[in-house]
Amino acid sequence: MTDLLQIDNLGKRFGGFVALENISLSVPAGERLGLIGPNGSGKSTLVNCICGTLRNEQGSVRFGGRTLDGLAAHQRTRLGLARSFQLPRPFVSLNLMDNIRIPLLYTVEARGAHHSTGDIDDHCHRLLGEVGLEQKARQLPRDLTQVEMRKLELARAMAAEPKLLIADEAMAGLTHSEIEDILALLVRLNEQGVTVILIEHIMSAVMSFSRRLVVLVSGRKIADGPPDAVMRDPEVERAYLGQ
Amino acid sequence: MRSLPFLLISLALGAAAFAGAMSLGNDYIFFAGYVVLQYVVLSTAWNILGGYCGYVNFGSAAFFALGAYSTVAVYQSVEAYEFPHVVPVPILILVGGVVSGIIGLGMGYLTLRLRGAFFAIATLALAVVLQTLVVNWDFVGGSRGAYIIRPETIGPIGAYVRYLALLMLLLAIGSLNVARLIERSRLGYGFATIRDDEQAAEAAGVPTLRLKLIATTISGALMGMAGAPFPYYIGYLQPSSTFGLDYAVNSIAMPLIGGTTSWVGPLIGTLLLGSLQQYVTVTISSAANLLVVGGLLVFFVVLAPNGIIGLFHKYLQRKPDDFVGRRRIDPEAPAGTAAPASDAASGSAP
Repeated sequence: MTDLLQIDNLGKRFGGFVALENISLSVPAGERLGLIGPNGSGKSTLVNCICGTLRNEQGSVRFGGRTLDGLAAHQRTRLGLARSFQLPRPFVSLNLMDNIRIPLLYTVEARGAHHSTGDIDDHCHRLLGEVGLEQKARQLPRDLTQVEMRKLELARAMAAEPKLLIADEAMAGLTHSEIEDILALLVRLNEQGVTVILIEHIMSAVMSFSRRLVVLVSGRKIADGPPDAVMRDPEVERAYLGQ
Repeated sequence: MRSLPFLLISLALGAAAFAGAMSLGNDYIFFAGYVVLQYVVLSTAWNILGGYCGYVNFGSAAFFALGAYSTVAVYQSVEAYEFPHVVPVPILILVGGVVSGIIGLGMGYLTLRLRGAFFAIATLALAVVLQTLVVNWDFVGGSRGAYIIRPETIGPIGAYVRYLALLMLLLAIGSLNVARLIERSRLGYGFATIRDDEQAAEAAGVPTLRLKLIATTISGALMGMAGAPFPYYIGYLQPSSTFGLDYAVNSIAMPLIGGTTSWVGPLIGTLLLGSLQQYVTVTISSAANLLVVGGLLVFFVVLAPNGIIGLFHKYLQRKPDDFVGRRRIDPEAPAGTAAPASDAASGSAP
């Protein structure tokens, strides 16, 4: 397998605070990677550096053989890098259909596809159907529950037809069966060939989903490998449970 | 597309209105109508940036004045060669549009990183800077102001003001069509995402930077076009009134009163407020018309934050399909309620 995402010696500072230090990570195409770490360990900062929301001062990010440094977030999305936000950020004045329509119009169509308005409408419905929100297609995000909002967030990321999907805490605050729903969705996506990076605090979800686990602590990568082996790592235990 | 029928219908309505005004045989209707139509253009232009993208521009007067002063500049240059009036007003309108469009683009570049109140303050500063430049530029009259001598009559339609009103009518129809076209296009969806959440928009592939520049350019150009015929209308152009607060306040108040999320809002707001102002100016006093704006604005901001369009939808007890919420800071918006809840649940990692 070739590496889809390759991060070399990535570093990010906020003033004097080192948020990320010498992070190197390669993710082969088709991988199901879990990224864990205590609060404040730099997981979201790493996602933001990969997706272009933040600029990394050090190191580089390569995606599909192309260096991403200096590219704006929307250009990275068009290359096939999609993310969901930790706190759902729907377009509040647009209904659910139009929330999904945005990435279709601006990412899929921008890659050269040309679909009629009717085709795009159908596609929106299909994507909303996949996350079980078809009935609410004409409603506004304000009418959604917390779970539905997270599903919308995922559907919007999926709509961009990514090669790599980064799900940033898509399951926080959800019940067990809702977590199962979203996990099943992510597994299905992965089976369709999408590489998935899952950032999560809920260990049962991470352990059942991931084929490989990466642990960040205080901006450094302390473990990387098969989930079971990583969880037995004394350094990981120390980070999570204390000495 | 349904844009062509709309264009034809709006042209037909415009023609009917103009013919009706002609048949009255009184030039006052053109004097008053010109001002109202000018505000239709200004408020529609403001709304493209302020309503669709959520960027509040307090510098409308500056763009308006840029249009007016590019006309003066052209007029003065031509007069130097002793050929007054050889430049037709439609050409001046195009020149004003180009100049203001370029300045709009420049303003977009300079204020890219500013949002909310900071953007508004920057646009206000732009107006002050431009006014200072004009006041110190002798060629366009400086602080003394500039005189434009317009012909008494023109061709078959008679008084020159009728001709100006006709041009402004066409400009108003044009800008309403542009606004409506934007609203229903990919661009309109992109603008709405900028209004809602720029980071999420970028993540969905929307080139927010480019779209903002498009918005500031179109908005600026239309405002400049509204200002270009103004020297011919007024005869004597003075910096302090051309850069006056009236233009800035009115072009914000009119869309807010009408409703900022669709092209209809600025039109309704302008027809209502603009006509009322003309009425008050004639019957009470010209000073009272700003009072009317203030009063109505307070009323709408407090009681109907989504304008007349919002009231209308509320009355119908249904949610319009799209373009409902105007601002992110909306008491009913989910963003505010969602954030703390999930924040507490998940803890906030950077």
